Amino acid sequence: MSHLSDEPHVTFWHECSREADHAGVEMAKVRVLVGTKKGAFVITSDGARRDWKIEGPHFGGWEVMHVQGSPADPDRLYASQWTDWHGQVVQRSDDGGKSWEPVGNEFAYEGVTGTHQWYDGTPHPWEFKRVWHLKPSPDDPDTVYAGVEDAALFCSNDGGHGWTELAALRTHSTGEDWIPGAGGLCLHTILIDPANTQRMYVAISAAGAFRSDDAGASWHVATKGLSSESLPDPEAPIGHCVHKLAMHPSRPDTVFMQKHWDICRTDDAGESWTEVSGNVPSDFGFPIVVHAHEPETIFVVPILSDTEHYPPEGKLRVFRSRSGGNEWEALTKGLPQRDCYVDVLRDAMAVDSLDSCGIYFGTTGGQVYASTDSGDTWEAIAEYLPRVSSVEVQTLP
Amino acid sequence: MTTVRVALSAHLRTLARVGGEVTLEVADPPTVTTVLDALESRYPMLRGTIRDHGTDQRRAFIRFFACGRDLSHEPPDARLPDPVSAGTDPLLVVGAIAGG
Repeated sequence: MSHLSDEPHVTFWHECSREADHAGVEMAKVRVLVGTKKGAFVITSDGARRDWKIEGPHFGGWEVMHVQGSPADPDRLYASQWTDWHGQVVQRSDDGGKSWEPVGNEFAYEGVTGTHQWYDGTPHPWEFKRVWHLKPSPDDPDTVYAGVEDAALFCSNDGGHGWTELAALRTHSTGEDWIPGAGGLCLHTILIDPANTQRMYVAISAAGAFRSDDAGASWHVATKGLSSESLPDPEAPIGHCVHKLAMHPSRPDTVFMQKHWDICRTDDAGESWTEVSGNVPSDFGFPIVVHAHEPETIFVVPILSDTEHYPPEGKLRVFRSRSGGNEWEALTKGLPQRDCYVDVLRDAMAVDSLDSCGIYFGTTGGQVYASTDSGDTWEAIAEYLPRVSSVEVQTLP
Repeated sequence: MTTVRVALSAHLRTLARVGGEVTLEVADPPTVTTVLDALESRYPMLRGTIRDHGTDQRRAFIRFFACGRDLSHEPPDARLPDPVSAGTDPLLVVGAIAGG
């Protein structure tokens, strides 16, 4: 039995019926990076977004938490793969996912590690488990951040070979009060202000949201205005289970949040939050994304409840707000509207930057859906993948 | 020096891009520690996937077998069985039975 090759396998072409939205977009390309329970897949199309080619699985059998490309060099990709048996591996590609090289997997906390709270409130030592989220620098392909479990932020400046903790976050004065969500104490979101890369936001389940104005050298809690009924004090600064943050690059002071319950926004860089759940059928969910060209247009996928991780009424619906929240419309065309009980995980939704904006999301049932018209209509571009952990999209020239 | 055969689990073979057993030259007598040192030297992508960085502690879901024996809880610097030293039997690096 040979396991020599990690070359991708072309599995099939999926043909969609829609015409290209605008002349000229055929010159562009779209690359969808999909992490799943049993490997990574790269799905590509030209700018028409009609014909899709699926390549993979890469790292077959390994859980791939996240795959992300460098804005500075789109052919530089990073992938986080993990198993209970063998722990963490980070892979890097320099050719857009055609080939991969394992890089550094040593994530050592800086200094003496203290404790955070365990589920029952007792102290529990910090233990590295895996990388949930990778965030390449906007301007340097060799610099990449990693959000890990147990929650901490690491950075590599040499293309993923060596990792150094930005320890000010984990050693924040509130750290001993952080408590894990059911999925673990994970740092799952890293946002970098593209105009001021000193400013970063991170989110941790179930600690909350934090902001740095000095590239991670110091942090402050950014949860004022959030309310979580699962806490003894619903307005406490720490303990909010933030599921995802999203930001439009043109408005870095405005950040949208899907929380365990509640959809929220801040317009003052996290100094205060306001709930904008409005008329969604459930304000529980995991991902949230912002339209590439409309900073007040946002998308969520409502899930029935914190114990029932499937869509309300068995209908898979994306909800879109064109007013930055509060007023939402259901997007259903092309999505299953009966007997659907999949989930959409926090890193499994993304947008491209073509015109009209493409929206993509993957499900725990192994489907990847795409909309090439800002959410009005949807088609499955992959139907039989393993459980989808993450979806990212690159728009290539 | 002696030649030791090592049979890796499927995940490790995929990661190291090897198709079957690997053979390693290690100082005689070989131990789990010297074999893993040699293995990780030749296949650095395996560092941290069998034993932890820093502590060298065997990962919880990994076992070491040889000659019909479970060596997982033997001291890592204990001499491996003679058939492993002689190259007639491999050291098996085994993962827990998979579920899910």
